[in-house]
Amino acid sequence: MTSIRVDISVQRDDFTLEVNTDIALSGVTAIFGSSGSGKTTLLRSIAGLINNTQGSIRVNNVVWQNETEFLSTHRRGVGFVFQQPSLFEHLNVKKNIDFGLHRAKAPMSPKQIQLMLDLMGIQPLLNRMPWQLSGGEQQRVAIARTLVTNPNLLLLDEPLAALGDDQKSDILPFLTQTFKQLSIPVVYVSHVKDEIAKLADHLVLLESGKIIGQGEIKEMFTSLDLPLAHALDAESVIETEVTDYDENFGLVRLTLAGISLHVASPPLTLGSHVRLQIFARDISIALEKPNNSSILNVIPVIIDSLKQQGKSQVNLRLLVGNSVLLSRITRKSALQLNLKPGDSVYAQIKTAAICV
Amino acid sequence: MILDQQDLTALWVTLKLASISTLLLLVLGTPLAWWLARSRWRFKLVIEALIALPLILPPSVLGFYLLLALGPNGPIGGVVDFLGGPPLAFSFSGLVIGSVFYSLPFVVQPLQNGFSSLGRRPLEVAATLGASPLDQFFSVAIPMAKSSFITAGVLGFAHTLGEFGVVLMIGGNIPGSTQVASIAIYDHVETLEYAQAHALAGCLLLLSFVMLLLVYGANRRYSVVTP
Repeated sequence: MTSIRVDISVQRDDFTLEVNTDIALSGVTAIFGSSGSGKTTLLRSIAGLINNTQGSIRVNNVVWQNETEFLSTHRRGVGFVFQQPSLFEHLNVKKNIDFGLHRAKAPMSPKQIQLMLDLMGIQPLLNRMPWQLSGGEQQRVAIARTLVTNPNLLLLDEPLAALGDDQKSDILPFLTQTFKQLSIPVVYVSHVKDEIAKLADHLVLLESGKIIGQGEIKEMFTSLDLPLAHALDAESVIETEVTDYDENFGLVRLTLAGISLHVASPPLTLGSHVRLQIFARDISIALEKPNNSSILNVIPVIIDSLKQQGKSQVNLRLLVGNSVLLSRITRKSALQLNLKPGDSVYAQIKTAAICV
Repeated sequence: MILDQQDLTALWVTLKLASISTLLLLVLGTPLAWWLARSRWRFKLVIEALIALPLILPPSVLGFYLLLALGPNGPIGGVVDFLGGPPLAFSFSGLVIGSVFYSLPFVVQPLQNGFSSLGRRPLEVAATLGASPLDQFFSVAIPMAKSSFITAGVLGFAHTLGEFGVVLMIGGNIPGSTQVASIAIYDHVETLEYAQAHALAGCLLLLSFVMLLLVYGANRRYSVVTP
């Protein structure tokens, strides 16, 4: 499948969701918005879990629903991970996982399943009952239970929201890795920007039941016309390649559009791709390349656009090759340096501020 | 042996009646309870009130209407008569039909509560894992509501076991056919046969107690009587 055509409206007491869009079915698409923006309703509609949805949903010209037809959830071939683990309480972990496995048309192979259960640390839990597991373990089982069915489309509704911080940081890297390996398209609902920065390729921004922006994550995070670039913790997301490791200083060298970046990190596989998140407040601007500075990462960039935020700050959208960086500086500095779109300047990023 | 042949027969009729009625009630009550738990129909409360009626109605009132309904001119008896069936009033079949009515709330209410407390989530999960609605019902709803089924079965059985008024009205007191233990006890007391009344009453007391013990033992995590 390549895209899902959603043209629906859902009416609730004091809330209307109205969405008319194509959602790309490749990689991970995140639906992002504050609580009450309708993101869960949108996801549940796609799964066929809301029966008073008006309008139509089509996947590659196969009608999932329209005015006259409604394909039941169990026939849509979607996997769904709920916010609460919702394991079947009367079945142990193994039987919970088998439930979907036995009903799936084209499940994972036994070898794949073993690998995944090992990776997720579920093997030792197989004979336990759900109430004998911690919240994090339960959610891992729920995710595994869905993955073994090898669905055509994987839907996740804030799967980490009910977990503690420790458990979140356990599962998040696993999800990142799994989404990369599986060829299943994923739609991931969350209101936590950090999760999305780590997981998503595409982003659908939802506000009060309407889509206010949609596109590649690097564009959505940095577009100065959208709220994300103006948030207190605004950040840009860039894809880099590992090229070198400096044993002496414990620094990994990454390449971004032919330019080197240094980050403090244990050695990484050479040639592998690493996604970096850089906060706008950690990037400053210089007109010339500074010679005596502690900042290792100085990148030549072109100012794409700039927009004032409040009385004292300015957000800058910076281009470097295909990538986009976001910088936040004071309005005073922007005026003193006389920055305007099209200028070639240098972005300075503190090495210590880059999270791998 | 204090119990004579007639007492043993009465006990046997009682157990047979309670077993058959409970079985029928579980078969009929399950879909009814499922519908009540899931339906958002505005007038559902009318059905719920009707089902709950036997809880408060004097058994003689219920028995009186059932007698009319089961009679050859009544709606149920008439249809059976028209189809060439046997007369229902003062027969064992009539007792079964009566029992199903008067024990209905004791089976439907625990089941309805059980299904309601499941919520929609387990069924939604099952649907996203590829289970059809019927599959969801049998592989998720029923096993997860197991304790409610035990409660419903025991309450239905026990209530049928102890019924007196309705049975007297629609079944009469025909030994070997419609004379149940509770009525036999009444007869013994009437004729001052206290020893036999004791024996039979003791049997019922013991039976009821052992049944509840078994249920509480097998089902420690739950309470038998649901609100």
